[in-house]
Amino acid sequence: MMMKTAMKALFLAGAAALAGCATAPSPQALDQLTQAMLKSSFREQGIAKLDRLTQDDAQQACSGEKPPADDVARRIEAAQLASVKWPADGVYLGDWREGEKLAQNGRGMTWSDPEGVPSGGNCYNCHQLTKAEISYGTIGPSLYQYGRLRGVSDPASPASGEIVKYTWGKLWNAKATNACSNMPRFGHAGVLSAAQIRDLMALLLDPKSPVNAQ
Amino acid sequence: MMRGPFAALVAALLASALASPFALAQTSAADGIAQYRALLADGNPAELWEAKGELLWKQPRGTNKLSFEKSCDLGKGIGVVKGAFVELPRYFSDTQRVQDLESRLLSCMQTQGFNAAEIAATPFGRGEQVNIEALVAYISAESKGMKFKVSQAHAEERKMFEAGKRLFYFRGGPYDFACASCHGEPGKRIRLQDLPDLTHNPGDGVGFAAWPAYRVSSGELWSMQRRLNDCYRQQRFPFPGYASDATIALSTFMAVQGQGAVSIAPAIKR
Repeated sequence: MMMKTAMKALFLAGAAALAGCATAPSPQALDQLTQAMLKSSFREQGIAKLDRLTQDDAQQACSGEKPPADDVARRIEAAQLASVKWPADGVYLGDWREGEKLAQNGRGMTWSDPEGVPSGGNCYNCHQLTKAEISYGTIGPSLYQYGRLRGVSDPASPASGEIVKYTWGKLWNAKATNACSNMPRFGHAGVLSAAQIRDLMALLLDPKSPVNAQ
Repeated sequence: MMRGPFAALVAALLASALASPFALAQTSAADGIAQYRALLADGNPAELWEAKGELLWKQPRGTNKLSFEKSCDLGKGIGVVKGAFVELPRYFSDTQRVQDLESRLLSCMQTQGFNAAEIAATPFGRGEQVNIEALVAYISAESKGMKFKVSQAHAEERKMFEAGKRLFYFRGGPYDFACASCHGEPGKRIRLQDLPDLTHNPGDGVGFAAWPAYRVSSGELWSMQRRLNDCYRQQRFPFPGYASDATIALSTFMAVQGQGAVSIAPAIKR
């Protein structure tokens, strides 16, 4: 049945091409063909259900070969920022030791992961964080000395307030400041809990964290 | 055959550790990995799969007792293996579809009397999927050193490229990942693993021109379909059907991107 839908779309796309100029299908017809392929080609497995292929506005706008127009990007950022949940008790930092464990942990949310097991933060997959860990990725910028470079000597002080809030927003929803960031929206998408994000905040901003070690 | 490279590797690692205990910066780590791969390439265990694949190609199989040699057309005529790998995916008029190597093998197995749908639903590393591993190793090895020359002459081939491009950039899942999230810029890596930039021609023996490959970490031979399947797993996507249109479209996109690149498949990976 799935195949039939795909075939029909293929046929429609083909027919559209013929009706048009008989040289190439329109971009819209190719978009439809791609959607039909997604439907016919993927199936759910374990915790990875088919709703993962339904895009929200931000995902859709950032699925082109080129980034979206500036006004579209700004609109996405504003909407994503408005959805950030700030810590209700005003406590932004947890335990950097737990944060380091999370940063090392790349598990979670694949079809081979069991249901209900907390996800890791995946941080080292893309970022340098500490001097000790040399096995780090480079898709994101180095975060070594993150707090120190931003002048955070006491994360609880009013002077640190702005950077503390910015960092929380980045971890909760990276698209709030960069519409097509490669970074997952850890809080927004429910990948990490607020408690886990606090621990990552501490890893980045606590002066005692190895991220900020001199 | 495998002892030699491993022993040499240990010696090389010891030597570099003794020579520069404090200089294990990121470049030397990457160099170390490159050195490790070069040593392993000396005796790529994929040869074992290749030998088995050649036997399977020539052996009459299935309820119809047909050999691929006498019944399977990979695009260059029945029984022709040399050069076929670097011209796939392509449009086949008998199935009226664009097919990659593995979907084409399923068609050929159907002709032998196998149930292609059943094989497509079989998990990697089991049943007839094990034989497909051997076949792709043999077939790709017969085109080793040849340049990719994939047709875009047929309208269906061009459509597959366009759909593949769209799939490559398609963001979804809880992590918002697309293929392009990891393979969209040059010189990037995950942990210490180098990532090919697939938005441009990644060059000889990289990306599409490197799979199937023997994976040292798991001791398995992975086909391109398996490579794509595990990429989608790590993208946190649902499960792409084996030899499904989406995987063939993506393969078409990657093959066309890598047009002219020299194939080193079956390669060896960490």
